[in-house]
Amino acid sequence: MWAFINKLRSPKWFYAIGARLQPFFWVAAAALILVGTVWGLAFAPADYQQGNSFRIIYVHVPSAFLAQSIFVSMAVCGLVYMVWKIKVADMAAAMMAPLGAAMTFVSLFSGAVWGVPTWGTWWMWDARLTSMLILLFLYLGVIALRGAFASRDSASRAASVLAMVGVINIPIIKYSVDWWYTLHQPATFTITGRVGMPMEMWAPLLIMVLGFYSFFIALTLMRTRSEILRRESNKRWVRDLAGGER
Amino acid sequence: MPSGETPMIDTDDRPVADGEPRGGLTVAVWATLKRDLTLLLRRRSEVLNPLVFFALVITLFPIGISPDPQLLATIAPGLLWVAALLAALLSLDSLFRGDYDDGSLEQLLLTPQPLAMLGLAKVAVHWLLTGLPLAMMAPVLGIMLSLPAGSYPTLAFSLALGTASLSLIGAIGAALTVGLSRGGVLLSLLVLPLYIPVLIFGAGAVQAAILGDGAAAHLAILGALLALALMLAPWAIAASLRISING
Amino acid sequence: MTLRLQARKLACERDDRWLFEDLDLDIRAGEIVRVEGPNGSGKTTLLKILSGQLADYQGELFWNDRPMRQARQAFLSSLLYLGHAPGVKGALTPLENLAWYQALAGGAGHEAARLAALESVGLAGFEDVPAAQLSAGQQRRVALARLELTPRPLWVLDEPFTAIDRDGVAALEERLIVHARSGGCVLVTTHHELKASGELRRIRLGRGGQDAER
Repeated sequence: MWAFINKLRSPKWFYAIGARLQPFFWVAAAALILVGTVWGLAFAPADYQQGNSFRIIYVHVPSAFLAQSIFVSMAVCGLVYMVWKIKVADMAAAMMAPLGAAMTFVSLFSGAVWGVPTWGTWWMWDARLTSMLILLFLYLGVIALRGAFASRDSASRAASVLAMVGVINIPIIKYSVDWWYTLHQPATFTITGRVGMPMEMWAPLLIMVLGFYSFFIALTLMRTRSEILRRESNKRWVRDLAGGER
Repeated sequence: MPSGETPMIDTDDRPVADGEPRGGLTVAVWATLKRDLTLLLRRRSEVLNPLVFFALVITLFPIGISPDPQLLATIAPGLLWVAALLAALLSLDSLFRGDYDDGSLEQLLLTPQPLAMLGLAKVAVHWLLTGLPLAMMAPVLGIMLSLPAGSYPTLAFSLALGTASLSLIGAIGAALTVGLSRGGVLLSLLVLPLYIPVLIFGAGAVQAAILGDGAAAHLAILGALLALALMLAPWAIAASLRISING
Repeated sequence: MTLRLQARKLACERDDRWLFEDLDLDIRAGEIVRVEGPNGSGKTTLLKILSGQLADYQGELFWNDRPMRQARQAFLSSLLYLGHAPGVKGALTPLENLAWYQALAGGAGHEAARLAALESVGLAGFEDVPAAQLSAGQQRRVALARLELTPRPLWVLDEPFTAIDRDGVAALEERLIVHARSGGCVLVTTHHELKASGELRRIRLGRGGQDAER
């Protein structure tokens, strides 16, 4: 464990190991998303209530999963950065934030599109959509705070603290929004909260979720690696690398 | 040196060990409370401004929506809570800014006392002079919005309880943004999403009191949120202040 | 009074810029240590690290031969730090300002002590005037009154002579020497040239503002 943490201290090591892992995740992401899309759109049976419009679930649910997971990973990276002062963790967190915000937006947008056939309107103050909207604001706050500092070290620490504060609050927000929703709009049809989905429907969904996660890991590895090069551009190993490739 | 000998601590005759004597913390927290109260009471407008803002925002709604008492009565709990929440947010930016600007914050960080406790003292003053007055003023504005009778004590109590959580959570944001020259708008962006649970249960309590459901459950949850904030927020505030002072 | 502040292989990197590296310090009782260097060479940062405000450094710090992490409480109880800003509240009177600092230092203290401290920095008669009505130099003197009010062996002073008139500068300089001779220790940055004395030692931070390359 210690040896691993000490290795993580070295951006160079992360850069090298990332290069080896990255192709694997790209291939996995491409394959899984392709299979999931084709299966979900073409072969999975239509929903008996919603018809074909339910197929948007194959984008909506994975992006919603990812949006929440990314916030948690961001906070974990922040914790690692604050406790062990591992800069790579902070670089990864910085790269995750925009992706997480984008995923939250995708899930909100797909939810809104899905709302048209199911509710007949683009927006309902549905518990899930409301929680997602708040999550989007949390992401925007972290991104804005990081951008507001002149010193990057301070920006990193502030963003880490905010991510950790946010992650403690996410479950509280989620439960309170659920409570609020049941209080104000009892027994409304929720778009994803159904049990007993047949295997032909959820198998492609599972594949899509895995595909999205692979995509997230691959993209984060790639962006973190380029961020390492940017931030360490005056270190010797980066210069040697640049010189060797020229 | 006037007296020729240099005791490490002037008033305490005990030798300085690793731990500061416990009395030191009480004295320091008490002095900080007193200092901040004095400071704010010398600049009364800073205390009054959020209250005036609260009244003003509440005035806007009947004008903007409709003076119909029935309509106002249905939306009054939410309106009062949202307006009070925004008013409490208004004065948050100045919570640590004065101390940051004149260098007292550095000194606060260098006392042998735990920073979290001293920060808590400052938050307590903020609540005493913002949250509590807002809570006491809310019933008056409730009358103007034809808030149904019977819910007034719940309104005041839920606001008093809730604004304490708001001050604690908001202080984290204030501590994070105190080093930024224009932190005000950013502060609200950071803090407002975190306010949502308090708003839900606060407005819910008033709503429940109107419906006769018994607001106890809501108030209990508000109390639980406050307990959680009291446990966690001081540490986050201290950590954020340390970050800001070196920004 | 024993007192020893040591730094081993101290280095500080801020935003990928090395302010200083491999700095070894051994500061003992009876010394006035002046940290010198051009603007941007990290004088204030060094003082902040040595006064325990900044934890963002590499290397080790020792207070009385114990690692700083373990000795932090004892260290803070022997430290008096005055930064760039005087830390004086304009809406409070000098007396009230000092009362707060006295309480933070560990005890409620006595009004007589505060009055004496104010008198020693030449502010007799201004005790009850709101500090905002005082001049910048007078406000700085309020902060300096803390040197008398809360006796601490280690003084860390960042530009303490700012805004002070000539008499005040001479008195403060004298005060630093007296403190060092009576077993205290002073760490100071200043643009003002200090009189050479047996206690004075200089630390020079180099390479002001340049990117340190590795």
